[in-house]
Amino acid sequence: MFTNNPFAALSETLSPAVMQGYVVIMILLVAAGTLFDVVHKGSAKYFFNNWRKSQSKGAKQIGGGELVSLAITTGVVDVLTSGEFCNARRRIAHLLTMYGFVIYVITTAIMVFYYPTSAVPTPAILPQLWWIGGLMVCIGGYWFWFFIRVDVAAEGNSPFRVMRADLFILSLLASVTLGLIWAWLQARGGAGAGVFFGLYVIATTVLFGSVPWSKFAHMFFKPAAALEKRVSNANGTRSNLPAPADKPGQFGSAREHARHY
Amino acid sequence: MPTFVYMTKCDGCGHCVDICPSDIMHIDKTYRRAINIEPNMCWECLSCVKACPQNAIDVRGYSDFAPLGHSVRVLREEDKGTVSWKIKFRDGREKNFESPIRTTPWGSIKGPAEYAAPRTEDLGNQELAHEPDSLNIKRGLPALRRDQLKLGVM
Repeated sequence: MFTNNPFAALSETLSPAVMQGYVVIMILLVAAGTLFDVVHKGSAKYFFNNWRKSQSKGAKQIGGGELVSLAITTGVVDVLTSGEFCNARRRIAHLLTMYGFVIYVITTAIMVFYYPTSAVPTPAILPQLWWIGGLMVCIGGYWFWFFIRVDVAAEGNSPFRVMRADLFILSLLASVTLGLIWAWLQARGGAGAGVFFGLYVIATTVLFGSVPWSKFAHMFFKPAAALEKRVSNANGTRSNLPAPADKPGQFGSAREHARHY
Repeated sequence: MPTFVYMTKCDGCGHCVDICPSDIMHIDKTYRRAINIEPNMCWECLSCVKACPQNAIDVRGYSDFAPLGHSVRVLREEDKGTVSWKIKFRDGREKNFESPIRTTPWGSIKGPAEYAAPRTEDLGNQELAHEPDSLNIKRGLPALRRDQLKLGVM
């Protein structure tokens, strides 16, 4: 089951061209949704205004080499290892979900475009990575949803209370979970695979089609905000924050997690 | 003026929700970021501003003594036991202050839930719950020594 390409098996009932067309439409929806989101919320305008303000008021000018170094640090610390999270559990859950989603999406695209039918044998590693990526999303996502989500941890609300802010995480979890169930049922030859495939397509369409209304675009503007923060620290403006206290650290940090409830 | 949140900096961790004495810092239902839901009830205690690990919360001063163009920002560093202020005036002047804020390590004070539940018969007692132990005065009242004041922090 874990070494079978679920999309190659699907090609017996659904043309590979349809699957490939669907993937292309999803990519276009994400691109268009992100552009709309950036223009509508004015996030790019805010970012560049802040950037110019920081550059003009900085105590020292940032050179090209230092800027590249800051961009690399941002990429490694803030993007690749989710360094902005102060809560270690949130950071681990985010890393699981992020890398799981990346692996899951890339392997899906490779299997759909390069190994769409059983006529072209799929390397076993691709479906295995697809399953691992999907399971990583489920572990990180459900852990976040039921235990770490601030609505539950700090606000004391029920884990089953749903609001618009949940659109991204819920559609992501639904898409991946239904996709895995569909692949499992299809490999077993059990009934209901068609139903779960339909639900999988609906959840996936909601995930990629709801970009303007969900927090999907955060994966684009968050790294930009992290870079701006690092640049403002480097050029001395620090968003007008005071410089770190110059007294020696003697107490050791013991920040507690939000735990009202 | 009440607190406001820089949305791109906030990561929705909930520290401000926990610490707000007015219970008006909440998580936005659309973006899952912190939001002051009742600005007119904010007494500008700056608890959330200091507690925010991302420094994503700010407060604008009243325009009569702090007109537009000014900035008042605060940074709390738990690992050093300090709080620092940076005041920027419209004419470009800048003032920086740095103060020790505790004499004991961060997190060393027990929270109410960490004490045993009070007994019903203690309602008739003149002392408050867990007194006199909770006052921690067996060794006399805590005080800063002169050399500690010089150092800034213990």
